[in-house]
Amino acid sequence: MTSVQNKNIDNLLRELTDPEIPVLSIMDMGIVREVETNGKDLFIKITPTYSGCPAMDTIATDIKLKMDAAGYNTTVKLILSPAWTTDWITENGRRELEKYGIASPLDEISDKYALIDGKRIVKCTNCGSTNTKVVSQFGSTACKALFKCEDCLEPFDYFKCLT
Amino acid sequence: MKDKLYEYLLMLGDNSMILGHRLSELCGHGPSLETDIALTNISLDLFGQVRSYFQYAAELKGEATEDSIAFLRFDRDYRNVILVEQPNTDFAHVIGRQFLFDAFHLPLLEQLMKSNDEMIAAIAAKSIKESRYHLRFSSSWVKRLGDGTEESHNRMQEAINHLYPLVSELFRETETEKGMKELGIGADLELIKESFDEKVKTILSEATLEIPAVPSRQTNGKTGIHTEQMGFILAELQYMQRAYPNMQW
Repeated sequence: MTSVQNKNIDNLLRELTDPEIPVLSIMDMGIVREVETNGKDLFIKITPTYSGCPAMDTIATDIKLKMDAAGYNTTVKLILSPAWTTDWITENGRRELEKYGIASPLDEISDKYALIDGKRIVKCTNCGSTNTKVVSQFGSTACKALFKCEDCLEPFDYFKCLT
Repeated sequence: MKDKLYEYLLMLGDNSMILGHRLSELCGHGPSLETDIALTNISLDLFGQVRSYFQYAAELKGEATEDSIAFLRFDRDYRNVILVEQPNTDFAHVIGRQFLFDAFHLPLLEQLMKSNDEMIAAIAAKSIKESRYHLRFSSSWVKRLGDGTEESHNRMQEAINHLYPLVSELFRETETEKGMKELGIGADLELIKESFDEKVKTILSEATLEIPAVPSRQTNGKTGIHTEQMGFILAELQYMQRAYPNMQW
């Protein structure tokens, strides 16, 4: 889901970010799956990007603190199904990622070409060249791989496709 | 039935937890920065999966929590196979252990995604996305080392020779696994074995390595009979919770 009917709640949630990727709101990240209200009672379901994502507990706490401060009585629940996919990152989220220096996920097939066959198709977030190569399939966090641009020589993260 | 399901969740969770712990020991000690990060990322994924299994198990059990299940059992109550408790000796052993486990884990999760138990199906559907990356990583290293220099080839082969006798335990069905399979909750180990054998054969042959003709070892980690390794693992794993009960980060 990318928008919540209640504008006030939607705006508040958009102010919260993933602590590991502070430019991306949890809404753009696609981890907020359901928002229900019953008067002042607020129920929010979130789903983790990766099972071991250490940011989830912090995000759940952040949501509760923020919404409670806005006068709601908030319950945050973690759900696993359906499992999160990078397709849920919004267009805006992708732009923000790129600006921040993380290449946004390619489609599933291109992703395999890039990560396994070493095809040079991931765009460098610094200079835009696609003359880039995988340094490591695992990067600074579980969701990223480490790349290096062979033109400008800058290293950068690539957000791995998860479908 | 509830008890059997609880026991089955421990089997699933303990394999991931003990392997995750072994990998976490490599944090800051990997042979290169990239492998260090990769192995600890895999560790983190496995711990995430464990949390889901144990949260569910705690719900079933009532008076337990995910932490009490993870940290407050004695060695005989852990249900992991002997393969995952093998120590981090040579890097080839770390990779061999990972590859053999991943080649088992992926077809296991494929089946569990279709489990009659919705929660297990959801955890498996989530985990499989991560475990595909794990198998990709470990297979690529088996090939790189096996088909590398004479030295790396010999060491990779030695690791496979050492670990392979422990593989049969993965497929030796316990009463719990049989019961869960019959209820459509658990996996059919024979089917997993077919895909495991196929995968191992393909990757080892690409790596110019051989499947060793060694007799399998009669290990029984799944019923709680562990090697002496387990005591050392638990001493480190449980220290904080034993010394400071209920402590939280």
